Amino acid sequence: MFEVVAFYLFAFLTIAMFSVTVITKNALYALSSLAAGMIFISAFFFLLNADFLGAVQIVVYTGAVMALYAFGMMFFDSINDIKETPTNARLTFMLTGIIAIIVVMIFIAPVIGANATAHYPIHEAYGNTQDIGVVLFTKYLVPFEVAAVMLLVAMIGGIILAGKKMDASITQMSEEEVDDHHHTDSEIAKDIK
Amino acid sequence: MSITLNDYLILSTIIFMIGMYGAMRRTNLLMLFFSTEIMLNAVNIGMAAISKFHGDLTGQMFAFFIIAIAASEVAIGLGLLILWFKRNNSIDLDTLQSMKG
Repeated sequence: MFEVVAFYLFAFLTIAMFSVTVITKNALYALSSLAAGMIFISAFFFLLNADFLGAVQIVVYTGAVMALYAFGMMFFDSINDIKETPTNARLTFMLTGIIAIIVVMIFIAPVIGANATAHYPIHEAYGNTQDIGVVLFTKYLVPFEVAAVMLLVAMIGGIILAGKKMDASITQMSEEEVDDHHHTDSEIAKDIK
Repeated sequence: MSITLNDYLILSTIIFMIGMYGAMRRTNLLMLFFSTEIMLNAVNIGMAAISKFHGDLTGQMFAFFIIAIAASEVAIGLGLLILWFKRNNSIDLDTLQSMKG
């Protein structure tokens, strides 16, 4: 009974939060509701006995990804409402058809996988974290290492891409200097165009 | 009455459709990133649910790798987005239409 109540409560909350993210015009509202939705999704992982995955969800998504978005949004003028051009109606229609196909495939998937056997069965005696550690460091060791290299590459790439022309520290300038600096920056941008 | 695999898959589908709707409707690139995160999370729920109801850890493993990919996607994507904003003062998708073939 507890599981049913928890499932429906968190399902409602998650859908509500993500709908706000998709519909709202304010970037800050979108960011906060997305972070809340991520936290609520971790509740499903705890309900599904995937404790470690739930903890990773909170730490990585709401801790790292959301903080990265929050810092990234300092570069954009997120106080104002988002200005958007309306999308092409024909494209929307086509994509809706693709969604319909995906939905059908999702509901057929359990039928196809009904007689699938478990390659790496869950050991109740181990506990979730230990169980995952055993499988991750035996069967999935190579993908794990590749993922580590990929994260390193992403980190270096992010620093190089975002860190360009950050050698001048705006906090240590006077107001006039900041204005000048900004002015020259936009002129350079025009030249590049 | 208890929660079955189908309930989780329906929830996963609904969240995925919300993300897909956002990816279609939004032309702001930051909002497109948010929609992508929503879709990835929807898939993760499905993976974890299948993992439990089939008694197999593979689903959870894939969810972990999806999370790792999402994290690196955000790092690179935001770096590119900041670079684009510095150049064009806009992160609207239409400013990217400079490559007409």
